[in-house]
Amino acid sequence: MSLPRTLLGLLDPQPAHGYDLKRSYDQHFAGEKPLAYGQVYAALARMLSNGLIEVAGVEAGDGPDRKRYAITDAGVTELRSWLATPEPPAAYLQSTLYTKIVLAVLTGSDPQELLDSQRSAHLAEMRVLTRRKQGGDLATQLVCDHALLHLEADLRWLELTAARIDDLRQAVTR
Amino acid sequence: MSALLEGDRLDKSFGPTPALRGASIAVEAGEVVAIVGASGSGKSTLLHCLAGIVRPDAGTVRYGDAELTAMADGERSRLRRSEFGFVFQFGHLVPELTCLENVALPLRLAGIRRREAEQRALEWLARVEVEQVARSLPGEVSGGQAQRVAVARALIGGPSVVFADEPTGALDSLNGERVMQLLTAAARETGAAVLLVTHEARVAAYSDREVTVRDGVARDLRVLA
Ligand SMILES: Nc1ncnc2c1ncn2[C@@H]1O[C@H](COP(=O)(O)OP(=O)(O)OP(=O)(O)O)[C@@H](O)[C@H]1O
Ligand SMILES: [Mg+2]
Repeated sequence: MSLPRTLLGLLDPQPAHGYDLKRSYDQHFAGEKPLAYGQVYAALARMLSNGLIEVAGVEAGDGPDRKRYAITDAGVTELRSWLATPEPPAAYLQSTLYTKIVLAVLTGSDPQELLDSQRSAHLAEMRVLTRRKQGGDLATQLVCDHALLHLEADLRWLELTAARIDDLRQAVTR
Repeated sequence: MSALLEGDRLDKSFGPTPALRGASIAVEAGEVVAIVGASGSGKSTLLHCLAGIVRPDAGTVRYGDAELTAMADGERSRLRRSEFGFVFQFGHLVPELTCLENVALPLRLAGIRRREAEQRALEWLARVEVEQVARSLPGEVSGGQAQRVAVARALIGGPSVVFADEPTGALDSLNGERVMQLLTAAARETGAAVLLVTHEARVAAYSDREVTVRDGVARDLRVLA
């Protein structure tokens, strides 16, 4: 995920201090690993120099948190265009799993064993996510659902592969 | 540790087709077990054997101290009625009875007076969030509502085991998940074990563990251990 663009999005409604940005980032997106201050200020510095944000006010005293930042017109344009651009559809685990299955077939070990054990591993992780989802607020539920649906897609692909394992064996051992 | 429900080396063929070939499985009280595996691998047949709906050709099914496979049909039906609950893919509600009467049915069959049975049925309908369909016939409610009614009917009698074969198979994913949440939460509260057949991983993820069936053989790590 692009941190600068996410921070731009958080700055869009109103100007904020670095500290506010970190807090609202953690609240919406961090899951289990909160953002380090260093990351926030590094991203803000880059966005300042790119003209995506500006300093909207400086309070008396010292320390990095004196400044309030605001999004610029260029920042708004950047944010809108990022939101409008689809993410490249990525291949997730398939390549590793595919490599393992082909190697299992080639080395004469049982690919079904691999499929069963991968399914167990996936299901174990899916149980954790399902439990977290049931105890969580709507944002947590949505984030967990995304992960669950991806894991499910892996498994469906594995099951499809399992159903065609004999064809695969012929294809790779020819 | 002795299991609540146990299938030991079950064989079952339909004509020349072997559906189960030495399948073994053990279910503890109160646990939620998902039965997973490819289409045609024998999941439903295994469930039906364990529930005493289908008699296996060989092997034994034991529930507590009772051996289901050795019981006469009448005795087995009685045990099924008093100890087991069922949820299938398409509700299987009695079409002539209202949803309320459907949920009350297990209590009525157990000899409980109508007033009390329907009072408790109403509480269960509220618990699965469909009080509003109490007076409707099953044909007049949505698939998701019908499945919730079926969940209430399966649990109202306080069964020790709930058998669920693709309980979310006919529902969209939001409704399916809600039904799974309600089913597993109610089962955990009442201490019922759930035996859940599903081909959807997200549904299986509501279980405590899974048993994989492949070509009629159940791979139950607990039995193999
Ligand atoms: N009543 C029946 N008559 C004849 N054959 C049957 C019957 N029930 C099951 N079979 C056969 O037994 C095998 C196992 O069927 P079963 O219904 O148990 O599979 P399943 O794992 O539940 O499949 P699915 O995921 O498609 O529901 C299949 O080959 C099926 O065709
Ligand atoms: Mg089936």
